[in-house]
Amino acid sequence: MRRIRIIPVLGIEGGQLVKTVDFKNPNYIGDPLNAIKIFNDKEVDELTIVDIRASKNKAEPNYRLIGEMAGECFMPLAYGGGINQADQARRLFDLGVEKVIIGSAFYTNPDIVSQLAVRYGAQSIVVCLDVDKGLLGKWKVKSVSGTRKQEQNPEALAIRAANAGAGEIVLHAIHKEGAMSGYDLPLIQLVSAAVGVPVVALGGARGIPDFLDAIQAGASAVAASSTFIYNRNNVRSILINYPTQKQLSEELFNKI
Amino acid sequence: MIVIVDYGLGNLASIGNMIRKAGGKCLISGDPDRIAGAEKILLPGVGHFAAGMEHIHSKGLEAVLNDKALKQQVPVLGICLGMQLMARHSSEGDVRGLGWFDADVRHFRTEQMQSLKVPHMGWSDIHLAGTHALFPAVEEQQRFYFVHSYHMVCDREEDILASAEYGYRFTCAVSRDNTIGLQFHPEKSHRFGLEVMKRFVQWNP
Repeated sequence: MRRIRIIPVLGIEGGQLVKTVDFKNPNYIGDPLNAIKIFNDKEVDELTIVDIRASKNKAEPNYRLIGEMAGECFMPLAYGGGINQADQARRLFDLGVEKVIIGSAFYTNPDIVSQLAVRYGAQSIVVCLDVDKGLLGKWKVKSVSGTRKQEQNPEALAIRAANAGAGEIVLHAIHKEGAMSGYDLPLIQLVSAAVGVPVVALGGARGIPDFLDAIQAGASAVAASSTFIYNRNNVRSILINYPTQKQLSEELFNKI
Repeated sequence: MIVIVDYGLGNLASIGNMIRKAGGKCLISGDPDRIAGAEKILLPGVGHFAAGMEHIHSKGLEAVLNDKALKQQVPVLGICLGMQLMARHSSEGDVRGLGWFDADVRHFRTEQMQSLKVPHMGWSDIHLAGTHALFPAVEEQQRFYFVHSYHMVCDREEDILASAEYGYRFTCAVSRDNTIGLQFHPEKSHRFGLEVMKRFVQWNP
């Protein structure tokens, strides 16, 4: 049986856990440490924490909070938000973070990816591509919390990231964020086929059938936020949840 | 005291966290004198094999590690690159290792990987070839977190403690006397890893 990584993504802003829709309207979810403890108990495969405003506000990562969170994580932890220098990544690794996620800095300081990959190994360097779908249905890569457009298309940027040494690419469909309408499968197909490194699908998942679709479209792992944070039966109430191993084996791993 | 060998590669904070959670006392150090005084050695590491050996040489650690593992025979646990360094050679950089195991480290045979991508990054079930003090004799399937592009290939069947599957069956744990090497990361593997760490803390081979 082949297992697929299923990764909850937690957004933080000002030390609080938040959830946005299309990068807007942050909804306050609660205390991140408490959420991590629950995800620990549920034995999640891996956890990603993203400071959603750090790059936009030109803020340093919140090292104190990240250190506390890493101390609670007995599973791999990835952190993204505000990383634009190699020194910051070193500090994060020292705190117990396994992977750093480079977003906006990939466009302004592309050398950071190769510098970090040479030093710490490709497996600990992730590039996140935030992709939006325009009015004409064309994909556009954006940076700085979705405020700045990039010229190159998603597959070209994914190739560039992989060539620079990124060990993994998080493919984040902004137009699907918080929408809970399924992943952008054609986008996943396009980018997964373009690169040799694992692609992690993010944006739009409602549950296990969507995970299966994303894997069949070529993703190596799946990530999601809303579906692990909200109560499925009452979308505005918060209920931190994660499928059991039994569910995953029966409904996902045995089908791939 | 368990000394976590700091040779400049790897996430040492996570390993220290897990050992403390497992009830052990540990010290992170790259100082040969400190390592010489260790009751147990944990050889961590994530990254490039050749860089790992280079760091071990530049910090003057090979002699003390050999002494602890082979002469004094204190318990030694190698994790990920730390396991691989115990082999005699790796094709990652084409350099020799510490040579405690008659084994080579090789890249995943990509022609046998179907659509699987390398590195192997994620959770896999492991299959024990026998019993070992570090693993509980339980019915439940043990699963662990892996991140690697290379794996060990042993000459001696009896050194192989466990295997896992990614594209094909590969050796994911080796043991001989007081030394044990794990390709996966117990410090990132929830209760499965915690159990291994607890057992390492208590282990007296």
